[in-house]
Amino acid sequence: MEGAILVTKDLKAWYGDNLVLKNISMSFPRNRIIAVMGPSGCGKSTFIRCLNRIHELTPGAHAEGSVKLDGDEIYSMPAIVLRRKVGMVFQKPNPFPTMSIYDNVLAGYKLNNIRLSRQERDEIAHEALQGAGLWEEVKDMLHQKGTFLSGGQQQRLCIARTIAMRPEVLLLDEPTSALDPISSGKIEDLIVELKKQYTIIIVTHNMQQAARVSDRTAFFYLGELTEYGQTKEVFTNPKNSKTQSYITGRFS
Amino acid sequence: MREPIIGLRKLRNNTFITIVTTLAVISALPLIFIIFYVLKQGISAINWQFFVALPKPVGEVGGGIANALVGTILIVLVASLMAIPFGLMAGVYLAEHPDNKLSNATRLCVEVLNGTPSIVVGVFAYLVIVMSMGSFSGFSGSFALAVMMLPLVVRTTEETLKLIPDTLKEAALSLGAPYYRVIFKVVIPSGLSGIVNGIMLAIARVTGETAPLLFTAFGNDFMNLNIFRPMGNLPLVIFNYAMSPYKDWHRIAWGASLVLVGMVLLMNLLSRWVIKKWKVRF
Repeated sequence: MEGAILVTKDLKAWYGDNLVLKNISMSFPRNRIIAVMGPSGCGKSTFIRCLNRIHELTPGAHAEGSVKLDGDEIYSMPAIVLRRKVGMVFQKPNPFPTMSIYDNVLAGYKLNNIRLSRQERDEIAHEALQGAGLWEEVKDMLHQKGTFLSGGQQQRLCIARTIAMRPEVLLLDEPTSALDPISSGKIEDLIVELKKQYTIIIVTHNMQQAARVSDRTAFFYLGELTEYGQTKEVFTNPKNSKTQSYITGRFS
Repeated sequence: MREPIIGLRKLRNNTFITIVTTLAVISALPLIFIIFYVLKQGISAINWQFFVALPKPVGEVGGGIANALVGTILIVLVASLMAIPFGLMAGVYLAEHPDNKLSNATRLCVEVLNGTPSIVVGVFAYLVIVMSMGSFSGFSGSFALAVMMLPLVVRTTEETLKLIPDTLKEAALSLGAPYYRVIFKVVIPSGLSGIVNGIMLAIARVTGETAPLLFTAFGNDFMNLNIFRPMGNLPLVIFNYAMSPYKDWHRIAWGASLVLVGMVLLMNLLSRWVIKKWKVRF
């Protein structure tokens, strides 16, 4: 596909002997939001965890196949290089508990031992917090601990921490499932805003959310990609019977 | 159907509560009595001289335990310097690899080491360090104490780090950070209060150990700052002076006991304060 930033080909993943992803071939267009949906246990989280190789942390998990980021095979580049380009935000907000809000945003630089001048630090922190829509709320308390923020603010802090590294792709693993509807709404608005700069892949349980924010939707069922297309198409005219029954609420 | 009599049920209930409360009070008594007696017997020995003077020969009144105090501090300090890095790193390994061959073997060994009688550890240190270096030394005492501290530090580090959510590590790795920096900058700091607490309790635990020092540090009536020479220390002063037939030496033994109990108590209180002060909210 023209302008695809990320392309997977025959991606398979196992937990031990258990095949949980079966030959996933997808391509992700640049500066779009792609929603990954499906019932629990369908492999959608595993799938995006394979895209920044964080799945390698799970004992017994391994993946085979090809994933290309801008034409480069991710399984043959060092994981630490890949993960700088493909950032991830998790289901539960997880700011680093020992760090202030300011240090949390800059954590990626600190953890990678990248030295910045005071001015650069301030700029990056400001820009990332602004980008995550959190600046106005925290600008007077930058040196307080991030864990004292509300759940929604913490999640936006985690987004700020991720975009501070200026990745190319953002992976969001059910980023609003632990949040109340108002905080979720703010995150959704933010996601739409962020697609100007990033390609966003979002795993979600919430169909309305997928319909509201995404350009494309992929539907996973039992480890297989059963449907992938323009969000409008998938929701109004699903080709696969599984997708159809999921969207109409016949199983979950 | 026969309803149990309400009065009887109440009586049973109250009996149970009384028994539990009584036993809880009784459990607290030994420490209170120890502190009471040590304080009563030892306080008369304590004065400025006691802390800064060296022991005097039998028959001369006065004298202090400066050498033993300094010796204990040095021996425990060197023991900590040996045990903490090993214990910390082993604890990290065990927490990171909950179930592989090496971690299971290490865990078992550390557990058994924890249960090894301290006198055996002392004999071991004698064989390994004293024999090979050719003399008794504070260092060999430190080695013995380090062996005793090791399991305590390993276990508390492991237990603490296991409670750190995996998601923190995932978040840090997702920023492209190398594994070792994730451990040092995110995982260990998040568990620091627990780890430091464990280290302090381990120090408190070995500060009063006597048996491992008998054939290692040996004791020394003179001020000695060279860790590779025989060294005085509080537990041995208590042991030797309490066994002596001289009344004045008994007084010194009580005084030294008071100092030792005070040090251990202080470490314990300090470790509680660390837990409270450095508590990390996830």
